[in-house]
Amino acid sequence: MFTPTLPSPLKGEGKTALERKKLDFCKGLKEMIRINNRSFDFWLLVGTLGLFALVNLLFFLLGKLGLSWEGFGIMIAAGLTLAVYSFLYKDNPAFKVVENLYVGVALGYTVIITWFNALKPDLYDPLLVPIFTGRQAQYLLLVPMFLGIFMILRFTRVLTWLSRWSFAFVVGLGAGITIPNLIHSFILKQLEPSMHPVFYGGETVLASINTLLILLGVTSVLIYFFFSVEHKGPVGVISRIGIWFLMVSFGASFGYTVMGRMSLLIGRVMFLMRDWLGIIQ
Amino acid sequence: MSFLRRTVPLAIAFTVGVLMAFQYFVPHPHSKAFLELMTRWDRIIAGFAVFIGIYSLFHLHWTRIRRKAAGWGYSIFVFLGAGITIAFGLYNGGEAFWHDKKEDTMFDWLFLYVQVPAGATIFSILAFFMASAAYRTFRARTVESTVLLIAAIIVMLGRVPVGTLISPYIPVAADWIMGVPNLAAKRGILLGVSLGAIATSIKIIFGVERQYLGGGD
Repeated sequence: MFTPTLPSPLKGEGKTALERKKLDFCKGLKEMIRINNRSFDFWLLVGTLGLFALVNLLFFLLGKLGLSWEGFGIMIAAGLTLAVYSFLYKDNPAFKVVENLYVGVALGYTVIITWFNALKPDLYDPLLVPIFTGRQAQYLLLVPMFLGIFMILRFTRVLTWLSRWSFAFVVGLGAGITIPNLIHSFILKQLEPSMHPVFYGGETVLASINTLLILLGVTSVLIYFFFSVEHKGPVGVISRIGIWFLMVSFGASFGYTVMGRMSLLIGRVMFLMRDWLGIIQ
Repeated sequence: MSFLRRTVPLAIAFTVGVLMAFQYFVPHPHSKAFLELMTRWDRIIAGFAVFIGIYSLFHLHWTRIRRKAAGWGYSIFVFLGAGITIAFGLYNGGEAFWHDKKEDTMFDWLFLYVQVPAGATIFSILAFFMASAAYRTFRARTVESTVLLIAAIIVMLGRVPVGTLISPYIPVAADWIMGVPNLAAKRGILLGVSLGAIATSIKIIFGVERQYLGGGD
C-alpha cells in the first residue's frame, strides 16, 4: 500500500512521538535538498554565464574573434547554441529565454519577408504607389486587398462574417488547383512506375524482383487501408503483407529522421569547435 | 443576411474552385495568365493572413504578461525578439521599408546569427530525445515491431561510416530498404492521401464540406 512520505498535520495524528520525529526529519531533509538543488542550479547558471563571458572576452583580446559584427555574431550564436543544449541538463531560464527569443525573431522575420516578398511587390508597388503618384494603377488588385482586409475583420464582432469570403476564396482556389495537380502528379505519375513491366529484356533479375516487390508493396498497402472489406481470408493475408511493408517504411523513416537530426547536431558541434573555439580547422 | 454570410462564400468557393480545376485543362495563354493572377491574389491574401498569426501570438503572450502567469517574464523576450527584428527589417539598412530590400543589413545579421543557429540547435536537440524515446519504447514485442526496429537500425547504420566498417553490405541494404519496401509503402500512402484530398476538394467545391466557414449563421 502507498504511504505518503510527507504527511499533513492531520496525517501525523495518531502516530507515536518517534514516528512524528522521523516524519519531520524526512520533511526537513527533502526541503533542504530542494533548496540546495535550487541554489546549486542558480550558481551553475551564473557560473556558466560568467565562464562564457570570460572565454569570449579572452577570445576578443587574443584576436580569435574579431571586433566586428561577424565576431559578435559568432559569440551570440555560440551563446544561443549552448543555452539550447543546456536543456539536456534540465529545463532552465537560459533555455526558456532563447526559446522565446527565437519565437519572436522568427515572427519578426516572417513579417518582414512577407512584406518584401508578397505585399510590397504584389500590392504596394503596382497599386498603392501609382495611386499616390498619379500613375496607372492595377485596380484589379483591390479585390485581393479587400479580401485580405476582410480576413483581418475576423477579430471584430460585427463584421467577422466577412472573413468567410476570404477563406472561401483561399479554400476554393486550393481545392480547384489540387484536383488536377494531384491526379497528374501523385496518382498517374506514381502509378506509372508501379506498373512498370517486370521483365522486358536488358535488366537484371534483381531489378525485376524489386519491380515485383514494389507492385506487391503498393497493392498490399492500398488493400490494408481499404476498410470497406473485412480483412479476412486472402484480403487479410495481403493486408498483413501491407503491414510489413508499412513497418519497414516507418522504421526507415525513423532511422532517416534520426540521422537527419544527428547531422544537424554535428553541424552545431562543428560550429562551436571550428567557428567559435577554433579548435579544429 | 444569411445570403451574404452563407450563400456568397459557398458561391465564391464553387466559382473559384471550378474555374481553377478547368483552367488546368485549357492550354491557352489566357488560361495561364488567369492562373498567375489567381496565385498572385492568393499570395496577397496570405500576406494579410500572417497578421492573424501575429495577433494571435502577441495576444497570447500579452495575456500571460498581464495576468502574471507562471513564467510570464519569458514572454517579454518574444516581444523583444519580434520588435528588434521588425524594427531592423523596416529600417532596411538606412533605406526605408518602401524601397527594395537591401542585402547585408542588421536584419540579415539577426537571421544569420540568431534565427539560424537557434533553430538548427532546437531541431538538433531532438536527436537526443528521439534516441531516448526509442530506447524506452522500442521493444521487439511482436514480429512487426521487430521488423520496424531492424529497418531503423539498418538505415541508421547505413548512413554512417561505422556501418561500412561493420559490413560493406549494410549501406547497400539501407539503400535497398529506402528504394524498394519504403518506396512501395510511401507510394501506397501517397495514393491513398491523394484520393482523399481529391474527394475533400470536390466536397469543398460543391459545398458539402463547410467546416472552413466556422460556426454560426
